[in-house]
Amino acid sequence: MTTLFQTAIILLLLNNFALLSVDRISRLIKLTAFQGAVLCMVILLMPNSELGSAHVLLLAGAVFAIKALGLPWLLNRTMRRISGLPAASARLGHSVYVVAGMVILAFSLWLEMRLPGTPGIFPSLLFPAAMTTLFCGLLLVVGRTLAIAQVIGYLVAENGIFLLGIPMILEGSIWFELSLLLDVFVAVFVMGIAINHIHSTFESIDVGRFCALKD
Amino acid sequence: MIESGVFSFVNILLALILAPLLPGIINRVKAKFAGRRGKPVLQLYYDLAKLLRKGEVISRTTTWVFHTGPAVALAATIAALLLVPFGGTAAPFYFQGDFILAAYLLGLSRFAIMLAALDTGSAFEGMGASREAAFSALAEPAIFLCFACLAWHDANFGGKILPDLSLSAMFSGAPAGAWAAGKPELLLIPAVLVAVLLTENSRIPVDDPNTHLELTMIHEVMILDHSGPNLAFILYGAALKLWFFAALLAGVLIPGANMPGWLHFLFSLGTVLLTAVLVGIIESVMARLRILQVPKLLGASGALAALALILTLMR
Repeated sequence: MTTLFQTAIILLLLNNFALLSVDRISRLIKLTAFQGAVLCMVILLMPNSELGSAHVLLLAGAVFAIKALGLPWLLNRTMRRISGLPAASARLGHSVYVVAGMVILAFSLWLEMRLPGTPGIFPSLLFPAAMTTLFCGLLLVVGRTLAIAQVIGYLVAENGIFLLGIPMILEGSIWFELSLLLDVFVAVFVMGIAINHIHSTFESIDVGRFCALKD
Repeated sequence: MIESGVFSFVNILLALILAPLLPGIINRVKAKFAGRRGKPVLQLYYDLAKLLRKGEVISRTTTWVFHTGPAVALAATIAALLLVPFGGTAAPFYFQGDFILAAYLLGLSRFAIMLAALDTGSAFEGMGASREAAFSALAEPAIFLCFACLAWHDANFGGKILPDLSLSAMFSGAPAGAWAAGKPELLLIPAVLVAVLLTENSRIPVDDPNTHLELTMIHEVMILDHSGPNLAFILYGAALKLWFFAALLAGVLIPGANMPGWLHFLFSLGTVLLTAVLVGIIESVMARLRILQVPKLLGASGALAALALILTLMR
């Protein structure tokens, strides 16, 4: 079980680096959906979790339904509505962000060794994977000019926070779960509305063009 | 594990005999995918026999560099093969840091072919040599990162502890057993090795061995002026190089511990042959990448190897 769990975590890390190196929006959405599916796997394969208990299965099912199916569907719908969407190219080139992701991973592994108490709470690799996911999401937000790619970055960062919270979630704090899942919904609705407004007003969702606005 | 010694040399003999089978398997798989009957699996053996009997047509602009290039390349590849373990047996020669020698022997082989290509004075062949140098230089960091990931354990061959910085220890099969023991990052190594194998052996998606379009050729363009025994040396050297990388793949994928020696050997042989099938499948289902995209593929392989190394070192 531990090996499968760690394999899922490594898939998650690979998915993060793939997100940093991809520029087509459709691929970014597919990778986000895959990340949702991997999060579901991580919950099911968590060491010391009672696999098969209704609580864990319900949580994994909710994560899969929302993060692997629901949110990608919403993003796809937004993408279809905005015709002629350009590629979400990175401001500094993709390789810079992938290298930055690697540095963040190394830093997270170092941090895991330094922080007292982390081994007791987090299974091996979960903490660095969560931190890397969080920072990869932030890199997507600051590194891409298209608003929809920034929304995806926000979702990825949120997935990182979710990973950090998994050990606590499995202890049974249902309000934490509900607030987390609600957060995502609110964020996507707000972002979806914002993107549509930006697009309908300015005929582009490239936020870089805001700099050229005049009175 | 089989005790090394005579078996190591049997393995080398096997590699020297069976290596030309690999391109035949690749071509047969490609033919099956395309719905054709294809060339015989033993085609390269026939080609080598024919070429060795033939004379050569040599340009007057060439010098001794052109004549010696293919022989040096073949000798260097065979010497590199002597450092690779196979089927649960250590290589005939192993010592601390032999992986550096193996990498440089392959580099020497490539360098000799490139010099021979440049010696023809043809700008066309010089272009191919330049591309070959660029892509193999990009593949080298990935393979060295792979070696670094695997250089963390000692290998026990028949009670003899091998130096941990030797290819025989790194590719003894211990990494395959380590996956289950909480090191799943080592699963990335075979993926990187496949990418390096495709690059070093000039296969699709990096290079197309069948193409003769001027703008897309890499390896094939360098050997256009060669004929007769020299061309046979180059083709045979390429087959041995394919065996070299396939044997490395077998060394990572087949778990060595608690397995009878003969079974380990059979699994390793099967892995080498299946690698040829895999290359055939990749060539059938993938298009060749644009030349500007190749560095991205190699960069991604290097990133995967770096990820495996970070995870191996820091936890």
